Amino acid sequence: MSAGPEAVGNPLQPATRRPDAIKAIPVRHPWRWVAAAVVLAFAAAVIYTFATAPDLQWSVIGNFLFYPEILQGVLVTLELTVIAMVIGVILGVILAVMRLSVNPVVSSVSWFYIWFFRGTPVLVQIFFWFNIGSILPLIHIGIPFTHLVWVGTTNRIVTPLLAAILGLGLNEAAYMSEIVRAGIISVDTGQTEAAQALGMTRVLVMRRIVLPQAMRVIIPPTGNETISMLKTSSLAYIATVGELFFIQKEISNFNYDIIELVIVASLWYLAMTSVLTFGQYYLERYFARGASRQLPPTPLQRFRRLLFHFHEPPPVGPFEPPPIYTHHEEGRV
Amino acid sequence: MATPMVLAEAVCKCFGRLEVLRGIDLSVAPREVLCIVGPSGSGKSTFLRCINHLEKIDAGRLSVDGELVGYRQGGDKIYELPDRDVCRKRAEIGMVFQRFNLFPHMTALENIMEAPMRVKGEAQKTVEDRGRALLARVGLADKVDVYPNHLSGGQQQRVAIARALAMQPKLMLFDEPTSALDPELVGEVLDVMRGLAQEGMTMVVVTHEMGFAREVGDSLVFMDGGVIVESGIPRDVLANPQHDRTRAFLSKVL
Repeated sequence: MSAGPEAVGNPLQPATRRPDAIKAIPVRHPWRWVAAAVVLAFAAAVIYTFATAPDLQWSVIGNFLFYPEILQGVLVTLELTVIAMVIGVILGVILAVMRLSVNPVVSSVSWFYIWFFRGTPVLVQIFFWFNIGSILPLIHIGIPFTHLVWVGTTNRIVTPLLAAILGLGLNEAAYMSEIVRAGIISVDTGQTEAAQALGMTRVLVMRRIVLPQAMRVIIPPTGNETISMLKTSSLAYIATVGELFFIQKEISNFNYDIIELVIVASLWYLAMTSVLTFGQYYLERYFARGASRQLPPTPLQRFRRLLFHFHEPPPVGPFEPPPIYTHHEEGRV
Repeated sequence: MATPMVLAEAVCKCFGRLEVLRGIDLSVAPREVLCIVGPSGSGKSTFLRCINHLEKIDAGRLSVDGELVGYRQGGDKIYELPDRDVCRKRAEIGMVFQRFNLFPHMTALENIMEAPMRVKGEAQKTVEDRGRALLARVGLADKVDVYPNHLSGGQQQRVAIARALAMQPKLMLFDEPTSALDPELVGEVLDVMRGLAQEGMTMVVVTHEMGFAREVGDSLVFMDGGVIVESGIPRDVLANPQHDRTRAFLSKVL
């Protein structure tokens, strides 16, 4: 470099003028328009076929969409989903921590639980709990070596709803435990070491350091599981629980409008999962705080970008003038 | 002579069939700064991690401040210590890691306050005052509420040192504290460590900073292949190494 010192800008002066932004003709993407046309044509064909299906009674769908029994079924479906997921998450966390325990007895118990409940169909499990009364007619709950015993009839205690909750919840716990375990394993071992070096016990390390960090990995698949559970809860019909699928089937047993009522149920399932999808997105955004410097766009922001800035590359951060360094910037000891 | 802060006698450690430490003997007096240098894979980090029982030793004796690490001597038998006692002893030893290992979900101050409150059960007010004072001392008084992700490497390592000091340890272990830093950030961390040494903290420092070892260290050991090849006063060892292995290593790093 032969330039004299006067040719070099003063490093203590910020860049005062920002160069003009590049105004280039964007690359054209004709195939995107072709693809869009094909997709639209296909969608139109499908809609046309169903809309003009000779025996599909749209009025029946309209009549039953907000039918009180259907609405009641929607509520029971939501109730089942929430309770089963709460059981699944709590039991899942416990099982995951047990699975990773240094105590071989505890970790084997967890392994066995997961093996059993993941290894049998959830429909079978619900059916099993529903019929448990046929082999165990009475339930005794007592304290060993005392005469304190409480006895109840199994069929009174294990109601259809409880059978469904047990089947769905216990099964979900097995899946959730693997998700939580993956989250725990994803946390850098340096975190555990640093916490141990500070004298923290295993329980404290897990509760205060590892699990909070595992959340970021645990949340997305848990949202997925919740959406899945919303639909799996329809299996509770085998236990005669009055949830959405059972109710629509009861109605169509009378009026034989099978497809119409299935569409009614599907519209409700879609509506509920859509709400959950949005909820999951915002929950993930919340847990990304502190981890990433710029939050991802909301679905609404993305949709707007798609509409109005179809051609443009993803947005980048705003222009920042280069920082000014002084000798006092970094406080030395 | 006072009880040594760290006393190692024929310490051995294996990972499976790989012998990482093959009989380490050394002693660190209170207020002494010991620097451990050597090529990677020489076992120096492993030895450091044995001192606070992050690794369990397989043979030999290792004690801190007169008490065995991870074990208890009862008559002629050795008993393994329960988790609770191991934790209690670790709380007296501060450790600083190469990769900082700050808790990313906590602010700088929360990182510092976590262990004194949860492990020692100290009052929040006391710990917060001490935490702020420590952050000021490492030159980060204005970063109290900042998350580690928003700090430079040098700043993160200084928070990590403050976090260890908040437990008021009697011994500080440094595992290559500047190896993961950009060259221009190394100085600020070494400055903090130098200040700590001047105040009389007992320190064991695994490092590649020969300048720091020469200037701050009271003693220096050179490790290779799981043994101590050479030890002595840093200035002497660095200027006039006696062994070929030491000479070969130093000719590459100095």
